[in-house]
Amino acid sequence: MRPFLSLSAAMTRGLLRDRSAVFFILIFPLMFLVLFGALFKDTSTDQAKIVQVGDVKVLDGIPAKEREELREVLKIEKTDGSAEARDEALTKVRKGDTDAAVFERGGRIELRYSAADEVRAGNVRGVLNSIVQQANQRVTGQPPAFRLKTATLADQSTKPIQFLTPGLLGWAVAMGGVFGSAFNLVSWRKKRILRRLWLAPVSPAAVVGARVGVNLATAFAQTAIFLGIASLPYYGLELTGHWWLSLPLVACGTLAFMSIGLLVGSWAKTEEAANGLAQIIVLPMAFLSGAFFPLDGTPSWVRAISDFMPLKHLSEAMQDVLSRGESWGAALPTMGGLLLFAAVLTALASRIFRWDAA
Amino acid sequence: MPENAIRAEGLRKRYGETQAVDGVSFEVEHGEFYGILGPNGAGKTTTMEIVEGLREPDEGTAQILGLPSWPRDRGLLRRIGVQLQASAFFERLTAREQIHTFAALYDIPASRADNMLETVGLTDKAGTREDKLSGGQAQRLSIACALVHDPELVFLDEPTTGLDPQARRNLWDLLRKINSEGRTVVLTTHYMDEAETLCDRVAVMDNGKVLRVGPPQDLVQELGVSTLEDVFLQLTGREYRE
Repeated sequence: MRPFLSLSAAMTRGLLRDRSAVFFILIFPLMFLVLFGALFKDTSTDQAKIVQVGDVKVLDGIPAKEREELREVLKIEKTDGSAEARDEALTKVRKGDTDAAVFERGGRIELRYSAADEVRAGNVRGVLNSIVQQANQRVTGQPPAFRLKTATLADQSTKPIQFLTPGLLGWAVAMGGVFGSAFNLVSWRKKRILRRLWLAPVSPAAVVGARVGVNLATAFAQTAIFLGIASLPYYGLELTGHWWLSLPLVACGTLAFMSIGLLVGSWAKTEEAANGLAQIIVLPMAFLSGAFFPLDGTPSWVRAISDFMPLKHLSEAMQDVLSRGESWGAALPTMGGLLLFAAVLTALASRIFRWDAA
Repeated sequence: MPENAIRAEGLRKRYGETQAVDGVSFEVEHGEFYGILGPNGAGKTTTMEIVEGLREPDEGTAQILGLPSWPRDRGLLRRIGVQLQASAFFERLTAREQIHTFAALYDIPASRADNMLETVGLTDKAGTREDKLSGGQAQRLSIACALVHDPELVFLDEPTTGLDPQARRNLWDLLRKINSEGRTVVLTTHYMDEAETLCDRVAVMDNGKVLRVGPPQDLVQELGVSTLEDVFLQLTGREYRE
């Protein structure tokens, strides 16, 4: 037990004193979470803002009850009908301060909108169009023949933070696992610590166990910090019932990524080569696994490739248990797959493993 | 003790086209200070590695303290100390943390590790990280790490390479002390004056073979020259190596 503990302590100290390693494994992914979380926070505003210049009959004549319903999708700011007010409103549209300006000229309702944001433009056009249609229908004095009633579902998983957190956390765990084991292996081989350990009465289990233990501790620390920050009211991550299943998932993921690192470290002769190879593997894997953005809109071949990436399955399963309210059913097959992946790559790495650089 | 500290018989090791070790046999007695000399590429390091148990010989056997050194025997490893050529330290740990880690690997109390640090005169450098130690300090630390578990047999691979004369002399004193405490010491070196002053017997190697074995003075007389360096050059020639 003592060799295991002292080797773990030596590795932990070595890691914590390596500022660039701490930055890349902990701070760097966290920066992405903090940044992306803030950037994508308000993408789901669907309320359109328009400026009404002077009197517009259809708008002024909306019955109180309908006006109440409209308030959720349309915010109307009314100004006086002077030429200056109209110019001012158009300038606002050009600058993007408001979505559209509307005014009445000779019985015609004129709508001026900016085409910069097509979604917003379409939105405001649609709303205004329906208001005009309803006004036309009211003029006929007949009750409407058809009514369309719409409502949006409050789907939690569409909130960006709900997929950003599991994706970026998976990426962070992948970096920690791959780089941690690859660097450790190369550096210990180069510095001949591996041979020195071979010549000490220490069991391989203690050495491997210490490395795995330190990596697991790192991964759990990453998980705690990620979930802690994403759950802040500002970001608003809502954890679902079986969120704690993310812990065994992260553990299995760590083993899978460590096996990649083991393969990289067994092959690479220098830290530079290990770094390059690990980057070449981790970064594309993160993109292809939907760690940064969802894969829904990507071509099918991208999704076919991503099926071979352990990170994709980890991110998906984490999303399932963290924010989709799923349970063992989603987590268990992924855990099994990750462990199998780890076993295969470790077996492969053991075939090209070298004790020394010679 | 009936058995020799080291008994190597007919060791052979080939790397691809190179026959690194080509039938090496030698014996080291208990308490002896034994030197293995030879130009670069002579096969010293491979011979040491086979004897230490780092590599399996293609042919032949190596026994240390009466036990085969291959396959790996953890009971035997407790009784030997190895200082590797390059300073094999854990990255970013201080001198004290290094030797405490090694002490833990051998299940030796931490107090003994601190004493060892004092023996090699590094107490005031205990809080210094490995990469901030001077060449001599790093060598002394690696020797301390090799000795922390009080081994019966110590292997030192070019322990004084790159040291200034002061550091070298101090290290010699330390090595003599280790040997006088009854430990068997096996040393490789390129410095003939070092081998002449320290070693009871030396083996001169070249091309993977042992050319001559004996006490330095005997070899000098035998070949009718004045120093061990002359012996070395006469046996191994003067062409450049590697």
